[in-house]
Amino acid sequence: MATQDEIKFLSNPNIGQKKTKYCRFKKFGLKHIDYKDDSFLIQFVNEQGKLLPRRLTGNSLKYQRRVATAIKRARHLAILPFVTDLLK
Amino acid sequence: MPHYEVSFIVDPVLSGDEVKSTVQTYKEMIGNESGSIVHVDEMGLRALAYPINNRSTGVYFCIEYVMDNAPFNGKMELALKRDERIMRYLTVKLDKYGVKYNEDKRNGKIGKRVKKDKSVEGVAPEAYMRPTSAPVAAPVPAPIVKEEIIVEEE
Repeated sequence: MATQDEIKFLSNPNIGQKKTKYCRFKKFGLKHIDYKDDSFLIQFVNEQGKLLPRRLTGNSLKYQRRVATAIKRARHLAILPFVTDLLK
Repeated sequence: MPHYEVSFIVDPVLSGDEVKSTVQTYKEMIGNESGSIVHVDEMGLRALAYPINNRSTGVYFCIEYVMDNAPFNGKMELALKRDERIMRYLTVKLDKYGVKYNEDKRNGKIGKRVKKDKSVEGVAPEAYMRPTSAPVAAPVPAPIVKEEIIVEEE
């Protein structure tokens, strides 16, 4: 009888498994998004400084809207750029 | 009594005293209209994300205040707009969560997010593939702790 560590898979069983997305604001109870916190907002933006879609971030609609306004405010105050390359 | 927050960028060419007097004028302005200042956050000299008026840095300030007289905000914005020492400004009305957030931040409950170094991402993929580690930390803290979650593209 093969022991547990002897069993090997031909292919990685984790491949193709769907990671469940969740809204981090709902999960961790973050009620307010600060537009001055650039290191936090940078997570919702791609390398060109564009907003990432909900499809990728998993945010709920309510918080995606708030993230969007926070990022737009940050852009106005030159905390985040409107357009760049290699932001991250 | 609604809370407001006005953040503005002061020209970095000015001397330290001039910058202080600029902020002082707006503090007095709020005081004269029977508003009360909750906190003045001096974020200091920061690099701008893009140049404004051919300047690449700016001195950031953020004043949180309580004001009953809402039309005052318009007056204040007009004064900020006419002021040549101010490069940018933004006035925001805070909801109750915003007020609480600022209070927590002042009391040091909201810390700076610790940046994960990028080498971790490439070397150990299992470091961020553990879904179990994140929820454990969630119910414990009373202060709001921002969890770092890596948002993957694609």
